[in-house]
Formats: sequence, structure tokens, C-alpha cells
Amino acid sequence: MSNLLEVQDLKKYFTKTSGLLKKTEQHVKAVDNVSFTVAHGETLGLVGESGCGKSTTGRTILKLYQPTSGKIVFDGVDITNFTEKQMLPYRKKMQMIFQDPYASLNGRMTISDIIGEAIDTHKVATSAKDRDDMIANLLERVGLMKDHASRYPHEFSGGQRQRIGIARALAVNPEFIICDEPISALDVSIQAQVVNMLEEIQRKTGVGYLFIAHDLSMVKHISNRIGVMYLGQLVEIGDRDKVYSNPEHPYTKALLSAIPIPDPQSEKSKSRIVLQGDVPSPLNPPSGCHFRTRCQYCMKICKEVEPVLQTLEDNHQVACHLFS
Amino acid sequence: MKNEKILKVKGLETSFFTHLGEVKAVRNVSFDIYKGEVVGLVGESGSGKSITCMSIMKLLQHPGKIKNGEVIFKGEDLVTKSSKEMRKIQGDEISMIFQDPMTALNPVYTIGNQMVEVIRAHKKISKKEAEQTALKMLEAVGIPDPAKRMKNYPNEFSGGMRQRAIIAMALSCEPELLIADEPTTALDVTIQAQILDLLKDLRTKLDTSIIFITHDLGVIAELCDRVIVMYGGMVMEEASVIDLFSEPKNPYTIGLLKSVPNPDILIKQKLIPIPGSPPDMLNPPKGCAFCKRCEYAMEICLEEVPELYEVTKRHKSRCHLYHPDAPEVVRKQVM
Repeated sequence: MSNLLEVQDLKKYFTKTSGLLKKTEQHVKAVDNVSFTVAHGETLGLVGESGCGKSTTGRTILKLYQPTSGKIVFDGVDITNFTEKQMLPYRKKMQMIFQDPYASLNGRMTISDIIGEAIDTHKVATSAKDRDDMIANLLERVGLMKDHASRYPHEFSGGQRQRIGIARALAVNPEFIICDEPISALDVSIQAQVVNMLEEIQRKTGVGYLFIAHDLSMVKHISNRIGVMYLGQLVEIGDRDKVYSNPEHPYTKALLSAIPIPDPQSEKSKSRIVLQGDVPSPLNPPSGCHFRTRCQYCMKICKEVEPVLQTLEDNHQVACHLFS
Repeated sequence: MKNEKILKVKGLETSFFTHLGEVKAVRNVSFDIYKGEVVGLVGESGSGKSITCMSIMKLLQHPGKIKNGEVIFKGEDLVTKSSKEMRKIQGDEISMIFQDPMTALNPVYTIGNQMVEVIRAHKKISKKEAEQTALKMLEAVGIPDPAKRMKNYPNEFSGGMRQRAIIAMALSCEPELLIADEPTTALDVTIQAQILDLLKDLRTKLDTSIIFITHDLGVIAELCDRVIVMYGGMVMEEASVIDLFSEPKNPYTIGLLKSVPNPDILIKQKLIPIPGSPPDMLNPPKGCAFCKRCEYAMEICLEEVPELYEVTKRHKSRCHLYHPDAPEVVRKQVM
């Protein structure tokens, strides 16, 4: 599999000014030195606690935020410093599904307007009839009916709205979709419907996904590879089964052991690593390894030197001094 | 678990009278809570789980109204009590923890101030003594440096710490029943694990009964002794936590369990979603609430609401398949 997307040392800092003359500057390092690749037809899951920078990573890749430094290479082309105009053909190839199906659809537009907007912007349709057929076809693909096209978003349930959001992303036949917590606002029985549909679409079109979520069991279900983020940094990345059955980074271990398992028998026999305290403020992260304040294996070197990602066997990478 | 019943809900019916018509949010719900047990109340949004608990606490807002039923707490029916009488019970004998720790605290008062207010509303003690109690409670829920933290405002606390402070506040009058309405949904998994540990610990120490509302089956498996599954405003199944997960007896519960992945299983499972979406409570189905999404639905399911059948002594299921005349072949195939 060749690489569809390559992210190298991506950084996104947000600046906070304070003081009387707004001269004191502080940086929130939302994304700090993150590198990974996504292959054609692959799903990379990105997990972490809220505030760890996983959504910012997704948005920066789409250039909804201008990266502070680093490189974003899509299909062999470096798009990091592209202007809006230059980005337009790439917007057709990269799409996004948003978290909140209530906020991401314009309440004053009909469903055909919402989906049609993407078709018009990228001039995908050749005629008005072609456009209507495309919309009808898309609605059917996501399990809705074609006469839904003339309705407004408020007439749909949360799960149906998320399907509309997916239809809109699919309208331009993208090669890569960033799914930013696409199921966390949905009911349990509806989540499986949407996840199965995303998998089905991938089988048929070979689209690559960056699947961002905090529901670790769903991420495990859908992903081929998984990246774990903590305070803006990637701490571990590897094949799904490797990361889940053999986690190496102390943070990944704690995160995985915190997932409640829907089975009371195995739940009782499980040993849980409960992390103490909260995530430190990203305005003022700890020196050295960012995780050291909550890590039970913290050594002297962790305070001084920031660990870098090292490759263990089978492309399993970990950023931790325990492995140097 | 002792066999002392502390709460009995019988035939509870709560409706919202909106301009579109009557929304029957809770339909004929009955259950018992025993001393010292943790009962999970699971269901999707709109299944009536929160409204059931709001009715028990009598915290319903207009246009909601309890239409029918009894809530017996310590021999007294709470439904007939006035709001003045209820205020003595709320926060003292029955406490509640809300979902969103970001909005449940008053931002313009310090944490200590808010805690002292709760304690002094129910106990006739001096401000100094109340402060001591608050300090002890904050320490019990694991807030570091509680004396200093009491002088902080809610915005100086993180999400997990606010939820701890709310739990401390809810437990400060040593209630006999604690209603926790999705207390961990807004939190990260690592913080959720801390809060669940804390609740388990406090339960053993204080012997408080807990009603735990959630939609996360994993949390139920971890914390609860008994589970009540709700759907469309009705109780669909009631069982011990072991029975519910190993031998679910209701098609809705079975569907729910099949639609969540178990991260412990290494091979890739196929998720089997429940088709369709939850019923519109303005216009609920005439028969079983789940009939439109149930693959085993029979003619009678569309017409008549099934009873809550006692399948075994401590396992109840609301499904027509348990009617004595139901086709046994199908029942065996389903369960």
C-alpha cells in the first residue's frame, strides 16, 4: 500500500496574549511534532483524552488551521503552504465528517441544497438532472430515501443527520475522510449502524479514514492502525492488535485498562491502572516527558529529556525512555 | 446486600403536556431498591430513565407532571408530598448527581460556600462545624489539599475534580439513596475510572444505595449489582448484572449487547446494529414500544403492550414471547 497522506513533524501552536499591552505571549502547543502516515484504503484511529490535540490534528491536516510548522503531503504533493485557491482541487479529495450532527447541518437549507453545495463547488455534475440523480444516489447509499432530499435537517433524527453528513462528504468521491468523533453524539443502537456503514463504504470505494474518537472500543473495532496522543504529542502508534494486546507506553496501558468492558465476569477479574490526577494544562506542560507527572515508572531522565518516537518491532512506535 | 427495601416505585406514569400533545415519557414503571445496592438504569436517550429519577426526586419542570403511581420512600409516598416537604428530603435523604459537572455548580460562590450551604440547610449546626464536615467530605472524595481548595471557585477546578466536589456535596448529609444521572458521561475514560472507583469505595464505606443512570453497558458491568433496562418509557428487562449479560431475556437487550464491540475479544467481531430508530414518544406504538425494530415481532406485539413476565425468580422481561401461549420454538431461538 502506498501512502495517501504523510504528516511530518506537524506543529500547531495557538498564541495567547496577556498583560496590559498584550505583549506577554504564551503558546498552547495543541499539536507538537506529530508524524504519521495513512495508506490508501486504511483506517488510522487517533485516540486520547479531551484536549490532547486529536481534533486539532485533523483540522490542521485539512488546513482549516494553518500549521505552525511541519509538512503535510497528500498523494505525493506537499500541500502545507497552498493557498485557498490551490487547495480547492484537494478539498475534493479530502473531506470531513463532524462530531455534532445538530450543529454541522445548516437548518435553513434543504438536504438537497446541503449535499448539492459540494457537488456545485467542485462542478462534479454535468447537468441539473445529473445533479439530482447524484443526490438521490447518495441518499440511498447512506440508507435514506430519495424523497428526503426536499426536507430540512430538523425533520431528521440524530442518526439520520449523521448519515446526511456522511452523504455530503461522499458527494465529491473523496479519497480520504477525516471522521472527527462521528458517533459520539449518537445512541448506542445507532452507533453500530453508522460504523457498519463507514466500513461498507470503505470496502466499496477504498477511501482512507482518519478516525478520531475517545470511545476506545469503537476505535479498536474500525481501525487498522491506532495512534495514541497525549498533550499534543503522539506517544504510541502501531497496528491495532499490537497496540491493544501489547501496549508499551505507560499511558496507553492505563488508557486501555480504563475501558469498561460490557461483560461483568471479565470485568471482575481485570486489574485496572487508575491514573492519578488530571491532564496538566497545555499552556504549561511538564518539562521532559509530558506524561511524567502521572506516570508510575517516572525516572530522572524523564524530567530532563523529551522522549522521541522509537521503532520497536513491526512498525510499532513508542515515545518513552523505558525503551531507549 | 441486605433485604431491606428503601425505595418502592409502583406504577409510575409521567407525562409532558406540550402544545403538540401529551408526551408519555414514563409509562407504568415499577421497581424496588434495596439497602446498599447499586442499580443501573440503562437506556437510550428518550427512554425515560432520567425522567423516572426526576419524578422520584420531584424535580420535574413544567409541563411535566406525575399522572399516576406511587414512590414509597421509608413508608411515605413522595408523590403526595408538597414541594416544601420535599425540600427537606432532597439533598438530605435522597441526593442527586447530575451529568454535566461544568454547569451543576454555581460559578460565583466558592466550593466551600456551596457545600456549607447544603449542609446547613439540613442540619442545625454552626458554620464552623459545617466547614469541618465539608472539609472531611472533600478529603474523602480525594481532593488534594482540601482546606485550600475550599476557597476556590468552580472555574479553578478541572472536570474530574468538579464531579468529585459534586459527589462530596451530594454525600455530605449521608443520604440513604444517591441518584447518579450519567455522572461520568462528560468525563474522559481515565477520569471515569477514578470516579467509578470512588463510588465503589464510598458505597462500601457508607452503605448508600445508588441508582446509576447510564447508556454505557461497560460502566454497568463494572459497577452495578442489578440492572433495569428501559425503552420507550417502559421497563423492558430487570435482572442481576451477571444474568443480564450472560442470559439476556429481552430482544431489545440482546440487540443492544450485539451492537457494542467488546475490546477484549481479539478477532474482529461483526457489529449487528438494531435497525430503525427509537419511537417518537408523542405518538408511541400502540403495542410493545420496541415492536417496530424487533425482528421477532408478532401480530400481538403491534396491538398489545406485553406484561413484565417473571422468567426466573429474579429476572423479569417485558416480551410477548414469555406469554404461556407464545410459540416456544421462537422463544428458544431468540434467548
